[in-house]
This record gives sequence, C-alpha cells and structure tokens, in this order.
Amino acid sequence: MIEVKNIKKSFQDGDSMRQVLFGINAKFYDGKTNLIIGQSGSGKTVLVKNIVGLFQPDEGEILYDGRDITKMDKKQLKELRKEIGMLFQGSALFDSETVMGNVMFPLKMFSSMTPEEQMERAQFCIDRVNLTGSENKFPSELSGGMQKRAAIARAIALNPKYLFCDEPNSGLDPKTSIVIDELLSDITHEYGITTIINTHDMNSVMGIGENIIFVNKGHLGWNGTKEEIYDQDNDDLNNFVYATDLFRDVRKYRLVHGYTRTIPEHK
Amino acid sequence: MMLFKALNGFGEYCQFLWTTFGVPEKWREFFKRYTNEIYKLGIDSIPLILIVSVFIGALCTILIKLNINNPMLPRYAVGMTTREIILLEFSSSILCLILSGKIGSNIASEIGTMRVTEQIDALDIMGINSANFLAMPKILGLITILPVLVIICMFTSLLGGYGVCVLTGIVDVDTYLYGIQTMFIEWYVWFALIKSLFFAFIISSISAYYGYTVSGGSVEVGKASTNAVVMSNIMILVVDVILTKLLLQ
Repeated sequence: MIEVKNIKKSFQDGDSMRQVLFGINAKFYDGKTNLIIGQSGSGKTVLVKNIVGLFQPDEGEILYDGRDITKMDKKQLKELRKEIGMLFQGSALFDSETVMGNVMFPLKMFSSMTPEEQMERAQFCIDRVNLTGSENKFPSELSGGMQKRAAIARAIALNPKYLFCDEPNSGLDPKTSIVIDELLSDITHEYGITTIINTHDMNSVMGIGENIIFVNKGHLGWNGTKEEIYDQDNDDLNNFVYATDLFRDVRKYRLVHGYTRTIPEHK
Repeated sequence: MMLFKALNGFGEYCQFLWTTFGVPEKWREFFKRYTNEIYKLGIDSIPLILIVSVFIGALCTILIKLNINNPMLPRYAVGMTTREIILLEFSSSILCLILSGKIGSNIASEIGTMRVTEQIDALDIMGINSANFLAMPKILGLITILPVLVIICMFTSLLGGYGVCVLTGIVDVDTYLYGIQTMFIEWYVWFALIKSLFFAFIISSISAYYGYTVSGGSVEVGKASTNAVVMSNIMILVVDVILTKLLLQ
C-alpha cells in the first residue's frame, strides 16, 4: 500500500511561489486500481510525480509499505525504483529500440537473467498485452493504442509492486481506451500490484475505478469507490462527473428511477 | 541580472557534469552505447570532413600563393604555410567549429526530444542515472574519435593542396611536397590533438547539457539545439586562445 500524508508542493512562478498541492492525504491499496481524478491543472500529475519521486514535496510523507520515499538516500531510492513501473502519457518508448528492445531494456539493466531468459520474459510480457507479432516494430510504426500496450509491457517486465499510469487513455479512441483500461485492471488483479492511474476520463473511472481520489485545486476533494461516486453531494465532484452529456443522462435516469447501483447502458 | 543568469547556468552545467560522470549501471550496456556513439558522431562525420578539408586545403594553397607572391620568399613557402595553417588552426579549431554544428545539434536535439517525450523521466523512474546513461557515452565517444578525425582532416587538407597543385600548376608539385615537409615541428600535431580533446569535451558536454535541461516542446528543443551550437562555438574560441597561449608560448 502507498500512503501519502499531508503532501504540499509549490513551484517558483516568476518572483513568487505558486502552491499546487495543499496538504493531500490519501491511501492507495494493493491489488486495486486506484484512480486519481480531477480537472486539468488540479494538481494530479504533480501529485503522481511527487509520489514516484520525480518531484520532492515541500512537506509531508509518502510511504511505500511503510518506507518513506522523501527520506530515502539515493541508494534506497534506486532500490525502490526497481519495484516501480510507470506508463507515461505519451508512452515514452525509446525511439531507437524496437518493441522487444524496449521491453527487454529494464531486464538488461537490472535483472540477473541470461539473454535467453530476458528474451523469454520480454516475449511473455508482449504476449500478455496482445502485441504478439509486433516485436520487431519501432515505436513510430505502432498506433497510439499499441504504443500504450508496449509501454505497459515494459512497465511490467520486472514484476513491479507499484504501477503508475499518467493519463493512459489520452489520445485514444473510446474502444481502445476500454482495451487499455481492462488490461490495466486485469494486470493489477492478476499480480496484486498497487496501481495508481491519473486520469480525467470518466469512462475509465466508471469502468475500473476501485479507489477514487478526486483532486480539486490542489486539495483532496473526495475519496470513494465508483459505486459511491453517484451518491455523493460534493458540488465540485458533481461538476466534474456530470460535465458530459452521457453522465448527465445517467444522472437524470437515476433521479427519475431512484438511486440504484445499476448503471444503465448508454445507447 | 545577466551575470546572475550566466553563473546560474554555469552552476547547473557543473551539476550536470557531476551527475554524468559516475560508474555506469551496466558496463556492457555502456560499451555498446559508447561504440555506437563513436560510429554515429565520428564515423558518420567523415564524409563531411573529407569534403570540407579537401576544399579548405585547396583554397589555402591558392590564397597563400596569391598573397605571398614575393621574390624574396622561397617558393616552398606556399606548402610550408599551408601546412602550418592546417596543423595549427584548421584541423582542430575550425574543424571543430564546423563539427559543433553537426554533432552539437545532433546531441542536443536527440537528448532534448527524449526529455520532452518523457523518455528521460522513464529512465529516472527505472532508477537509472539518465545523465550518466545518455551523456557519458557521447562525451567519451567524441573524445575518443575526434583526434582521429583531426588526423584525417590534416591529411586530406594537405591532399587538397596537392590536388590543386596537380590540377592547376599554381605551384610546382615537388616544391609543394618539399614545402609541406620542410621545418616540420612535430609538436604542432600534438598541439592540434590536445586541443581536439578539449573541443570534443566542450561540444559534447555543452550540447548534452542543453538537451538534457530542455523543458517544453519542439520549439524549445530547436532553441536548445541552436543555443548548444552557439555556446559550443564561443567556448571553443575561448579555449583555443587559452590553449594556444599555454601550449605554444
């Protein structure tokens, strides 16, 4: 489990400091898809970058199963990072490497496997994300969805305990988004990974959101499950959730038919 | 304010170098990248060097002949002066100014693109020292190969001069050959090679720094690439003056 306690972060903005996170507390559970949601500019990405250690918070603690990342020295941080996989918004695949090269990269750098074992493990990960046949393609030859799947394969190559995904569905069509969401959810449950997904896609929230953290203007706005998200009275969250016609329809349906946990299929 | 900015930039550059020079994560991977960089930065530049140096050598010979057409000077002075210019300045400094455009922009744009497409963040997340992983093979690779390129440049420039003598008869071929051998000072070759080591470090490290610290998008990558070339050129000229003073006087 990852626990963040009272995280504050500010950045230099000209001559003054601009605070982005105002003391966020949250828990991210093992074997669950933990979603961080919120509007653009609300501080989601800054929160994730603080959690993975790309930014150093001004205040607060970030505990990976009790180990505080903010107090780790370089060596400890390096060890911890071997337990972390990350899927970036733009996939961040290495342009000069093929899909196989990308997936094998962390294995070559950190595992003690023989080249044959590395190849076998990489092939397993590629098969797992349904990219069989694309091993020798370069990232520029792949579609957006395939690039995301290749990036997932690379992220899970070292069997991470923690998987971070920064807007995994950005730039993808709804159907491909569902494929990526389901893949992330399956992998999370299969391997018991603590998965943290940063998104503003409500389809993802309703599809795979088991623990949802709503960040609003740098504060923790709400925390709950996808089942609870309709039955809450947080105005900011409602403005976010019901921003699209689809979810406004769902809300009307629920108001007419009473609160029910069954969500109607959109036609 | 500008001084503060410059000092701040220099501090960041030193910090970048401090992070860059460390023990590689995997030596095998490092050597793979190192040899790849030698090929990419050095071997790939040979056609450009051949073309530029042949023409510069030819031009030097023609211009020297035109400008020292004095009966008081021996005829072999053309070959000798061409050789001195090529050994002392062209094969190292001017060649490096030309190469900083090709190699410097290549390094800055490659690393800069990796930065803006989050590939460097991906390396950091994996626990890899990204500066060390990306920049060190480039810096050491260029330091290794640039002296070789300088030697190639020396030969082809002198060959350019020889070619123009053969083709135009501006100077007698034997006189030219005598000129390029007469009063030869071996130290000038070492001087050019020593300078090239410094210039290789300047080009690769400054360009890697500019690429590594890019933030934003493709426009910023372009700016970083330009800044890398400009700063490399300025530093090459500054260091050239210092080394010439230190090594030749």
